[in-house]
Amino acid sequence: MAEPGRALPVPTPETKHFWDGTNAGELRLQRCDSCGKNYFPPRPFCATCGSRKVTVFKASGKAVLWSYVIHHRPVPGFKPPYAIAVVQLAEGPRMMSNIVECEQTPEALQLDMELEVVFEKQNDTVTLPFFRPAKG
Amino acid sequence: MRRNAVAVVGAAETTQLGVIPDLSQIGLHADAALNAMADCGLRPKDIDGIATAGETPVQLAQYLGITPAWVDGTSVGGCSFMIHVRHAAAAIEAGLAKTILITHGESGKSRIGNPGRTVPPASLNGQFEQPFGPMGPPSMFTIPVLRYMKTYGVTEEQIAQVSVVQREWAAKNPRATFKTPITTEDVLNSRMIAYPFRLLMCCLVTDGGGALILTSAERARDFKTKPVYVLGTGESAEGPMVSQMEDFTSSRAFRVAGPTAFQQAGISASVKDVDHLMIYDAFAHLPIYGLEDLGFLPRGEAAAFIAGRNTAPGGSLPLNTNGGGLSFMHSGMYGMYALQESVRQLRGTAAAQVPNAKISVCHGVGGMFAASGTIIFSNQSP
Repeated sequence: MAEPGRALPVPTPETKHFWDGTNAGELRLQRCDSCGKNYFPPRPFCATCGSRKVTVFKASGKAVLWSYVIHHRPVPGFKPPYAIAVVQLAEGPRMMSNIVECEQTPEALQLDMELEVVFEKQNDTVTLPFFRPAKG
Repeated sequence: MRRNAVAVVGAAETTQLGVIPDLSQIGLHADAALNAMADCGLRPKDIDGIATAGETPVQLAQYLGITPAWVDGTSVGGCSFMIHVRHAAAAIEAGLAKTILITHGESGKSRIGNPGRTVPPASLNGQFEQPFGPMGPPSMFTIPVLRYMKTYGVTEEQIAQVSVVQREWAAKNPRATFKTPITTEDVLNSRMIAYPFRLLMCCLVTDGGGALILTSAERARDFKTKPVYVLGTGESAEGPMVSQMEDFTSSRAFRVAGPTAFQQAGISASVKDVDHLMIYDAFAHLPIYGLEDLGFLPRGEAAAFIAGRNTAPGGSLPLNTNGGGLSFMHSGMYGMYALQESVRQLRGTAAAQVPNAKISVCHGVGGMFAASGTIIFSNQSP
């Protein structure tokens, strides 16, 4: 469900594959063909070794909760209190997201809990990746 | 760079700090710059180099009537001014300029002539952080901290102690915004901002400014002010996205800038070598990260060190003696005020003066662990 007023991304040529992926229900990362590093956020080269030989691949969508805050101040598109989280993806990179289908409390949000990606369409062109407690 | 080749000869804050409704942001820069020039008996025509952040050095040069032969507009957040000191010291030693002015002014509270910060939606922050609801530093700078707390078993009470101890220092400073003592309970009962951070773990938002004037150590002898020498410097950057920090329990930028400065200074990060310390405290966890990343303490031990009153008045390592961003003032880019306090301590003019302080370490952060600058000062003649 799209919350009105939430800040939305504007893709660039270097990030289009990621946002095309979320629209298609895929979490797309990149891997360096030279050194094997999986990385995020998107860019057309590897920041570990400098190679331009990189491949887009579909990530598993599995992650763990790495850290977060529960924000209590008003932000357009959000109903406080809500968690702003960073998740560690199974493939290695971390990304910011929100945790859905879960109470937004310190008791419910335990670091290292297992998560899985879900996609929520915001409008005709933008779908955001969120994470929910893994259902196994 | 050689140790002690360059000195601060002029230093001043704006005439007022706090809520300043009668000056715009550039006016705060100018007020601080004029105060620093008066401090050391210079006029605009005597300045041949200018560095600033927030405003551009181009704007400041014309506004102040300066014709610079050297400009530096490095703007990487609140530690920009530490980095300006580093660049200015290198420039003076290389002969690129003789007398450099560094200014800061920010209408952080009144927001007069302050364009504010916006995140372009096509930037990486705009695409990969803003859609998930962060709104400024209180909801971003704090994100790594739960991971730190879990890794090292640090408690909310210990983080609250940082705010309590700094209020003790602020109580000694007539220019501090908040001087009333607070308890751990006061901090833990204050309004929740972004769990686990409560209001009293977050910095103030105020108006103000500050300026420094640097010249060679040789020329510094001709000024009426007591020279404060630049003994060591360091700088680094990690990145603008807090979600992409390499290590949520440590700042890579701190770990580069700090040791670089200590190596240049030829001293160790220890109570034995350091008399006075400033660590930019936009939020209560920053002195904890700073003490560890600078090398004063092993990882995971800084919160207990602060809670054990080692950085409090009477402790072995006086830290943030002006009251810090948590209690003294915080305009948005606080680094200049930390530098001012280091200079006051080594001049012997601080409100909460550390007796016989000879070496002061001043460590800054920019953005949300995005960048860092470290300056080590000495008041001993080269």
